[in-house]
Amino acid sequence: MTPGTYLQVTGPNGSGKTSLLRILCRLLPQEEGRVEWQGAEIHSLGEDFFADVTYLGHRHGVKDELTAEENLQVTAGVNGIKFDKDAIRSALVKVGLSGRESLATRILSEGQRRRVSLARLILSNTKLWLLDEILTSLDASSVLLVRSLIEEHIAGGGMAIVATHQELTLNAGQSDRLELKT
Amino acid sequence: MLRWIIWRDLMLSWRRRADVLSTLFFFVIVASLFPLGIGPETELLRSIAPGVVWVAALLASMLSLGRVFANDFQDGTLEQLLLTPQPLFLVVAGKVFAQWLTSEVPLVLIAPLLGLQLGLSKQTLVVLVISLLLGTPVLSLIGSIGAALTLGLRSSSVLIAILVLPLYIPVLIFGAGAVQASVLGFDPQPHLYLLGAVLVLSLIFSPWATAAALKISVE
Repeated sequence: MTPGTYLQVTGPNGSGKTSLLRILCRLLPQEEGRVEWQGAEIHSLGEDFFADVTYLGHRHGVKDELTAEENLQVTAGVNGIKFDKDAIRSALVKVGLSGRESLATRILSEGQRRRVSLARLILSNTKLWLLDEILTSLDASSVLLVRSLIEEHIAGGGMAIVATHQELTLNAGQSDRLELKT
Repeated sequence: MLRWIIWRDLMLSWRRRADVLSTLFFFVIVASLFPLGIGPETELLRSIAPGVVWVAALLASMLSLGRVFANDFQDGTLEQLLLTPQPLFLVVAGKVFAQWLTSEVPLVLIAPLLGLQLGLSKQTLVVLVISLLLGTPVLSLIGSIGAALTLGLRSSSVLIAILVLPLYIPVLIFGAGAVQASVLGFDPQPHLYLLGAVLVLSLIFSPWATAAALKISVE
């Protein structure tokens, strides 16, 4: 993949979309083949590799006991991203959670929790996004939001690999499709 | 970055205070059952006190171990922590430190009360606190390996106990030994030095072992 490209991974259930994305971010070791990032095998890159990659999986990765704001602070903090209160507030406003910043995410709905994890993408400064089924439990306006987030990312020279059942076509950058078979 | 991990886990424990308190109550109750069961014979109680307090501390720390990674594993935040640009052993060290602060330090603080109840002298109580201060971090460190290995398994809490309790034996021997020595009027220092040595060893090795176990469990 080159900067500014978008790859949509499709395929029936169990065809290995999730496994592919997890292999790409080193959560799963591949059985054969090589995965390279900027010319080097990803397992040889150490922790620095993760400074370039953001992965959003099936599970939201949002702590129920913390508020939306605290969740984002922690994510930014542990990833070494510089941030201030305003950046976090505006990210939450952008995903449509204004007024709910200081509620424990436990009492938010499934879709709203998904939005908290989407806000992470806004804060992130990584080059490669690996998004696994992020459209599930999102309403129409949120799907548009996801699309515009990815478009912005691609336009800024980023890359995105998205595994999804729903069609997600972009108006920016170069798009590709990868169809997996069982 | 490390301070964020510690802050996060401390915050989570604060929001789930009941979990921390239940560990503490468990510790107090187990240690208090012995005088009730054995009867008010001061001499006997004093001689079994070191073992009772230490065994109760081991069992109580088992209770909190299951939570170190399991909650994060379920909601997907553990994956996210594995994908942060920092060495995984540091993440582990931060989480274990937070677990020690919230689950073990309260035990150390309340242990003198239990010791008093079992008839230990002031001097011995000081030794008890020092031995627990040196020993409980080892419990957290070794326990985290077990917690990481049993992640996502059914009946993992029983498995952790079976895996980890045998590894606690050296800590128990030296920890209770130090207090026992003090009860009998001997010098507890050799035991405490050995306990310190075990602490250094587990500080060096267990974060790596836990990190490796986590990678396997998350696959």
